[in-house]
Amino acid sequence: MSKKVAFLQGNEAAAHGALYAGCKFFAGYPITPSTEVAEVMSAELPKVGGKFIQMEDEIGAMAALLGGALAGKKALTSTSGPGLSLKQELIGYGCIAEIPCVVFNVMRGGPSTGMPTGPSQSDVMCARWGTHGDHAAIALMPASVQECYDMVVRAFNLAETYRMPVFVMPDEIVAHMRERIEFREPGELEVIDRAAPSVPPSEYKPYDTTFGDVPPLAAFGSGYKFHVTGLNKLPDGFPTTKAEYVQAEEERQLRKVYAKVDDIVEFEEFQLDDAEICVVAYGSTSRSARYAVNEARAQGIKAGMFRIKTFWPFPDKQIKALADKVKGFIVPEMNLGMCSIEVERCAQGKAQILGINRVDGEPVNPEQILEKMKEVK
Amino acid sequence: MSEEKKLPRIEIIEKYCKGCYICVEFCPKKVLEMKGFVVSVKDLGACIKCMQCELRCPDFAIKVHAE
Amino acid sequence: MAYDYESRIRPGKLPHIWCPGCGHGIVMKGLIRAMDTLSLKKEETAIVSGIGCASRLPGYMDCCTLHTAHGRAAAFATGVKLARPEMNVILVGGDGDGTAIGGNHFIHACRRNIDMTYIIMNNYIYGMTGGQFSPATPTGHKASTTPYGNPDPAFDIVKLAIGAGATFVARGTAYHANQIDKLIAEAIQHKGFSVVEILDDCPTTYGRRNKYKSVVEMMNRLKDVAVPVKAAEKMSAEQLEGKILTGVLHKVERPEYCDEYAKVIERAGGNK
Repeated sequence: MSKKVAFLQGNEAAAHGALYAGCKFFAGYPITPSTEVAEVMSAELPKVGGKFIQMEDEIGAMAALLGGALAGKKALTSTSGPGLSLKQELIGYGCIAEIPCVVFNVMRGGPSTGMPTGPSQSDVMCARWGTHGDHAAIALMPASVQECYDMVVRAFNLAETYRMPVFVMPDEIVAHMRERIEFREPGELEVIDRAAPSVPPSEYKPYDTTFGDVPPLAAFGSGYKFHVTGLNKLPDGFPTTKAEYVQAEEERQLRKVYAKVDDIVEFEEFQLDDAEICVVAYGSTSRSARYAVNEARAQGIKAGMFRIKTFWPFPDKQIKALADKVKGFIVPEMNLGMCSIEVERCAQGKAQILGINRVDGEPVNPEQILEKMKEVK
Repeated sequence: MSEEKKLPRIEIIEKYCKGCYICVEFCPKKVLEMKGFVVSVKDLGACIKCMQCELRCPDFAIKVHAE
Repeated sequence: MAYDYESRIRPGKLPHIWCPGCGHGIVMKGLIRAMDTLSLKKEETAIVSGIGCASRLPGYMDCCTLHTAHGRAAAFATGVKLARPEMNVILVGGDGDGTAIGGNHFIHACRRNIDMTYIIMNNYIYGMTGGQFSPATPTGHKASTTPYGNPDPAFDIVKLAIGAGATFVARGTAYHANQIDKLIAEAIQHKGFSVVEILDDCPTTYGRRNKYKSVVEMMNRLKDVAVPVKAAEKMSAEQLEGKILTGVLHKVERPEYCDEYAKVIERAGGNK
């Protein structure tokens, strides 16, 4: 039986990826350039008995999302810069209360209204540092329509595995371009469902660390009753200001992710084996980088690309290793140097770092990257 | 003994009481009084078990048990 | 004789944090009596709140409880209810949480007529943060941020709810304690978005600044200001001057949101 193939937009593919993952709840608010995700979900979810709601603003959308997730649903929202900024407080709520959900954020020109139909990659730091307080972050960077589909499936798996909000962040180009896509067969991609607690309701504690760093989350309405709050809390979910609990819980919520970095981080190494120049790229910019690397190789330049697929957690280990090997990194991105900061942090001066930074609403093109290679000493 | 009306038992949970005076004020028979910041029974015999104290107490600090 | 409130209180949570004479405890007792009247099952009931004194209520209640962010209770609860329409969903919160930062979610929850009950414990002030004025603080009254008298006009929360589309709206007071559970029970039984405003009192941050010498004086003020809506029909305008109507003030039937969404699923062929 041949695979179901379609010619879809990134946003549309993301919605179908969510359905594949078993998402049965969407709460959103219209915003260019991510509205198509909501439109597809409003059509597809009712077909499978799922629930779609368009809320009164992005804050309401994020709140309803968390409510739906606490009621046991795999829940998705889609937004863009201004909406991502509005959702920040409740993204933090999702982190501290440890509520699995997926935030699909399409990056457009910022800040503020910026360039609604123009591409950018300037929300990456927002995904990591957007909300107040210490918290972990997982953010995936699709570079194709197929990856919009596949990465949303992975994002749900990560959200359930680590019990937290997970970002999928295409730039506007990836979200709006159309490409051939293969719908995945049942069983083809792993789908991780929420594990029910192993203890009866009377013994259930929503943050019981005897189950390790990711305690199972029961569902409202499933026979379990428990308390959820945004305050620092005890294993039974009730607020506490006791120093040892607050410190231990904050550290656990980071440890649960950063002790598993090797399971989470994903990347693509393209022609890096003997590379002297490494282009670090993500999203649609990586397509220009791939073209530039091929061109460079044709001209005898030993260049390669490291494509970041999970921006958070950042691939520290891999970039550190490359810094010992290559003469220089070229970091092309549609912002004024956010990824460069992270590459510099990892390279620790061991390699030259040259940024290509476009915020004019136009993608970085291969010629720019090729040109920049000449500056690597 | 049997003709005498049975006296209720007024249970006061002292660590809950915050001395707000609502029960003392709204008891129609002046059964209660405030001692320090905790309510106490002044005249149990006057109690007509109207339950106003229990109904109005914001702190779950007073209960009227009919014996 | 003695009412068993503790059966719905989480063990070990009392005494609660509310100040001496604060009416929130009275409202919570009314809610417990209403839940008993309707014998709501703990596992099938969710109490959702925002942030503020009143919003600490769910922490004491033995059922599914969700203490959300400031002003966001109605939006969180909409998610819970839409995901699980069979659950009883009760919202609690204060006047500031509900009508200031939460105003947008409040009016949209009313407009959608989603089946839940919203108990707004209106004590005219932001209590937890120390007594700032709220959208319900009467004009001219004192608060920590209106030392020269409040210049703001106040919402009429009942009219706001009716105007936004809530299909059951009632008002009670912390003085009329035995009416509270009746209003809440009727609100919960009503299919659609029900709002029960309870005029409450905050002796610590509102009473002191507005010349109420005691909790009892605040309670007596509630007794004097309230006029049952039935009685008001027979009273003249002068008699009603400065009075506040209590009881069931609005009750209509309108399609309920989750029912309507079930029809969407039907139309989409989702029930096959």
